[in-house]
Amino acid sequence: MIKSMYSKGSLVAKTGNEIMAEALRQIEPDVVAAYPITPATEIVQIFSQFVADGVVKSEYVAVESEHSAMSATIAASAAGARAATSTSSQGLCLMWEMLYIASGLRLPIVMAEVNRAISAPININADHSDTMGARDTGWIQIYSEDSQEAYDNMIQATKIAEKAKLPTLVAMDGFITSHCMEVVEAYSDTDVKAFVGEYKPERYLLDVKNPYTLGSIDLQDYYFEHRYQLAQAMRDAKSIILDVAEEFKRTFWREYGFYEKYMLDDAEVAIVVIGSTAGNVKVVVKELREKGVKAGLLKIRVYRPFPKEQIAKDLAHVKAVAVIDRSDSCSGAFPPLYCDVVTSLYSAGILNPKILSYIYGIGGREFCGEQIIKVYETLGKVAFGLEKPSGEVEYINVRIK
Amino acid sequence: MSAGMIEIRWHGRGGQGAKTAALLFAEAVMATGMYIQAFPEYGPERMGAPVKSFNRVSEDPIVIHSGIKNPNYVVILDSSLMKSVPITDGIGKTGKVIANTSLSASEIAKELDIDINQIYVVNASRIALKTIGKDIPNTPMLGALVKVIGTLDIDDVLKNIKAKLTAKFRHEPGIVEGNLASIKMAFDEVRN
Repeated sequence: MIKSMYSKGSLVAKTGNEIMAEALRQIEPDVVAAYPITPATEIVQIFSQFVADGVVKSEYVAVESEHSAMSATIAASAAGARAATSTSSQGLCLMWEMLYIASGLRLPIVMAEVNRAISAPININADHSDTMGARDTGWIQIYSEDSQEAYDNMIQATKIAEKAKLPTLVAMDGFITSHCMEVVEAYSDTDVKAFVGEYKPERYLLDVKNPYTLGSIDLQDYYFEHRYQLAQAMRDAKSIILDVAEEFKRTFWREYGFYEKYMLDDAEVAIVVIGSTAGNVKVVVKELREKGVKAGLLKIRVYRPFPKEQIAKDLAHVKAVAVIDRSDSCSGAFPPLYCDVVTSLYSAGILNPKILSYIYGIGGREFCGEQIIKVYETLGKVAFGLEKPSGEVEYINVRIK
Repeated sequence: MSAGMIEIRWHGRGGQGAKTAALLFAEAVMATGMYIQAFPEYGPERMGAPVKSFNRVSEDPIVIHSGIKNPNYVVILDSSLMKSVPITDGIGKTGKVIANTSLSASEIAKELDIDINQIYVVNASRIALKTIGKDIPNTPMLGALVKVIGTLDIDDVLKNIKAKLTAKFRHEPGIVEGNLASIKMAFDEVRN
């Protein structure tokens, strides 16, 4: 039987996109500006219907491109409004220069992002190339394993963004999560609104009694300080994220942190992963545990800011770790998540775990069952000295000539 | 796949409602207290092109998010797909096929080259024409599926679908009655 976590919630069958639109309806931003793109289209399509039906009082701005969507959202946020948008893939790419402006101006914009491969060649399915490309734009990045997490993350993101004064994106995997109907426990409008609270910006441009300048030129004399403050705000956001998670747990009884540890505490071999694939890995971990293999999983939820100290501590005891990335950095070295995990351990002086790099699932290619077992088998051999790590990034399930 | 999980694959043509059927089925099954998933084949969809959609049903929370390779049940909305699409892929010796067809189970068994005990047939197109007035076989096939699975309560399913359709078609009550009648008729008529 379906178990309910929160006595005042209601169990609904929703796709990731549908529940994300629900979260936006409950948050009811003052302004939403967006341009449709597969597989995120439904989010703003459903939300624009809420606006048309008068269900929400939000202003919906139908713009002609994602660059304009981000620009309009920035303007609304600078004016003092609670502002949100949604996009995916090429849409996020087109927002590029404006992403930096949103964070540089310290505007707490919230974005529902649906992870999709980027062109060329054109592909509409899931991988993390889009948001990974935006990993250093000064946006907080929170990833979701399933629809429930997408919903819960969106509610928390609004609060995190406004406390940290940093734009925040909530990501879920294209089609795999965005188009999969699952059981979600939704909360009442009243409870979500109470949790999110009223947005009271400290300063805003439409506050004519307290005029101030935003976005002026900033050369050798102050620019460095402002960029330092942005980087520091990202570091400071860590405690804000944990505080909001704590309050969320007290309110809605669901527990969130920087990441989820699944059978990790006594694990000898572990996979580090982001997004919906974590579920597929959990199934394998459970099977391996039944056979006596000490397998574990660390699922990243908060990727920016990167919880380096905590991850180093929680992986220190693991003999062999596979960091599996769903994007390639084309850097000639290693993909993004691997670099973050390895530097986190190395800088903390933790050198014992052997850390392997894999890339999987590019353009929506499946990664499940046997393929995951194979990664754990390799980890087992490396952990007990039967095999040496290749020192190279390994590609899973790709035809290489 | 964990023990006790049911996996279903729907085959149809773009526009026949394979995705809608999977979504409607999932919602109805959720109302009986089970965890569900419903998802289309990931990718673009075109009118008339072969399409697939999927369901998972389980007593326990479903954490897996991958395509379904070894379905327990395969539902065929359009019998012309049997010649062009490998609809028996991954069903092994125990998976069951439920086909919308005017042919008998033995004729279909011969065509698909599988054991007759794996085949269930129902003329969902005739039922849809009779009850809904259009050849939309997805809702009657949902009734046939509930019957073949055997562990789901048809009354709970009908009750949920009635509520769902009533909200959606509140200006066209005839549609609701027609669809409910089609589900019930296919539930009663599906044969091995």
